[in-house]
Amino acid sequence: MRLTQGTFSYLPDLTEEEIRAQVEYCLRNGWAVSIEFTDDPHPRNVYWEMWGLPMFDLKDAAGVMHELAECRIARPNDYIRISGYNRQQGYQSTMLSFLAQRPKEEPGFFLDRMEAADRQIRYTTRPYAAQKPPGHRY
Amino acid sequence: MAMVKHDGQGQKKSRWAAGVTPYVEMGYYKADYKPKDTDIIAAFRLVPQPGMDPVEAAAAVAGESSTATWTVVWTDRLTAYEHYQGKCYRVDQVPGSDQYIAYIAYDLDLFEEGSIANMSSSIIGNVFGFKALKSVRLEDLRIPPHYTKTFQGPPHGIMMEREYLNKYGRPLLGATVKPKLGLSARNYGRVVYEALRGGLDFTKDDENINSQPFMRWRDRWLFSMEAVNRAQADTGEVKGHYLNVTAATMEEMYERADFAKELGSVVVMVDLTAGFTAIQSMAKWCRRSGLLLHLHRAGHSTYTRQKSHGVNFRVISKWMRLAGVDHIHAGTVVGKLEGDVHSVQGYYKTLRCNRTEADPSIGLFFEQDWASMAAVMPVASGGIHAGQMHLLLHYLGEDCILQFGGGTIGHPDGIAAGATANRVALEAMIQARNEGRDYLHEGPEILQKAARHSPALTKALEIWKDVSFEFESTDVPDAVATPELV
Repeated sequence: MRLTQGTFSYLPDLTEEEIRAQVEYCLRNGWAVSIEFTDDPHPRNVYWEMWGLPMFDLKDAAGVMHELAECRIARPNDYIRISGYNRQQGYQSTMLSFLAQRPKEEPGFFLDRMEAADRQIRYTTRPYAAQKPPGHRY
Repeated sequence: MAMVKHDGQGQKKSRWAAGVTPYVEMGYYKADYKPKDTDIIAAFRLVPQPGMDPVEAAAAVAGESSTATWTVVWTDRLTAYEHYQGKCYRVDQVPGSDQYIAYIAYDLDLFEEGSIANMSSSIIGNVFGFKALKSVRLEDLRIPPHYTKTFQGPPHGIMMEREYLNKYGRPLLGATVKPKLGLSARNYGRVVYEALRGGLDFTKDDENINSQPFMRWRDRWLFSMEAVNRAQADTGEVKGHYLNVTAATMEEMYERADFAKELGSVVVMVDLTAGFTAIQSMAKWCRRSGLLLHLHRAGHSTYTRQKSHGVNFRVISKWMRLAGVDHIHAGTVVGKLEGDVHSVQGYYKTLRCNRTEADPSIGLFFEQDWASMAAVMPVASGGIHAGQMHLLLHYLGEDCILQFGGGTIGHPDGIAAGATANRVALEAMIQARNEGRDYLHEGPEILQKAARHSPALTKALEIWKDVSFEFESTDVPDAVATPELV
């Protein structure tokens, strides 16, 4: 399967130049760019691991591209996402968030159904990879 | 009701003598009145009957929407009536027409806290049938923060919705299940599943799908949630289906909503026809329960569409933001339903901004301060397709939901392909915009390029390439000529 979280997952994986262009868009808007990674892509896993703090004072996209390269070396087969954060009143939230790396193989999710009364079913989604301990998933 | 001019004797009767006194003389027109910061201000468009003085007509509207009746009553004198009277303070003729815009201020004490039913009964409850007026339309309201703060507002709002769904930086995508009527619950769930796994974020019950003989609500809930959960597992994304809880009584609506919550749905929906009070009740239920509330504006065109008579949709937008919905259908500009480009942009600003300035070019008569009330996600739905993505993004912006019903389900390769075509087109357009390209003018090229890696988009662009809905609008702001699309 192909995980389609993030703003651009229905496009071919972004090239370095395309990633840089999106980072520059964030910086033009005054948003702090951050890099996060995970080996647990559950749709409700909110808190991916932070690759350092959000880069509040960064002005040049080259800094983000450098950090991304470092993160990829350390986490060659995890999901990595880049986000732009807007601290302005009324937002105080993420404005853009897209995948910058995905594992070579994505096994996807198991949908677990527990039959209950009155034809109801209790659903749980489990990433196949998350059945292994962290660090051994991809 | 009676409306008289002077008595013809040249003698004015005393203000308090029994009988009929013109509304102007009863205090409902005060040219020197300066509205207070706490007043609610209304702008009415009115056309007096021939021979009727427009100022008296405007004063009559102020009177009948506040304290007055058709004749003098001595019991007014038991009250501080000057305080409670609606005050018309300005009447402007619309150039080149028989229409007038009347501005009326109402003291905050005329309104019950946190009640759309009360505010609407006060302001539009009694004046629209006046014989002395050929027509009247409520164009806009200035609602002060003092009153706004008495409402809950949207259960969650745009930012919370995005964080809840983990979807940022692009409009959300949806589709209404078609055909609107007749599908069994099992077949209905198939449409939901295909559309969501193909790339949409939401699917939707239509306004008239409630609990009919061919599909009872509980069966629809169960099959739709199977579809939602399957699609989540297929894509790794949070998905939702707007389960329409509209029913004959609040008790039934709560029962349906409670079951949606039990099944883990992220959203329920209600129709405007359920009524303002039902909507406010559902808004509180949704805040309490953690579900998003989608509103379908069923029936609104009966009173919002004609320029001369009714209630402008910008007023409905304000009332629904106060009443508390997370989504509301607010026009597409380019689709099959009424809504000129300037007016629609005024509605979108009203729903999304924390503060808007008066701007006649987009139909906003007043400034409006929302005092940090959460924003409503406008929904564009009705006759839109992937080939219009550049126009939709340009006119409607990023914080909205684009709903392609026919434009998803009508795809020749199936529903999932239709959904994928829309998602690819959207993401390609957002990417181009963020890269600084002139996407409005280069839109067709951008879509063609994106289609090179998406057979689904290629077919969508081919099949709907000539579809557009260009009819003259029945309602445009006074300040602009009929606009042109790019």
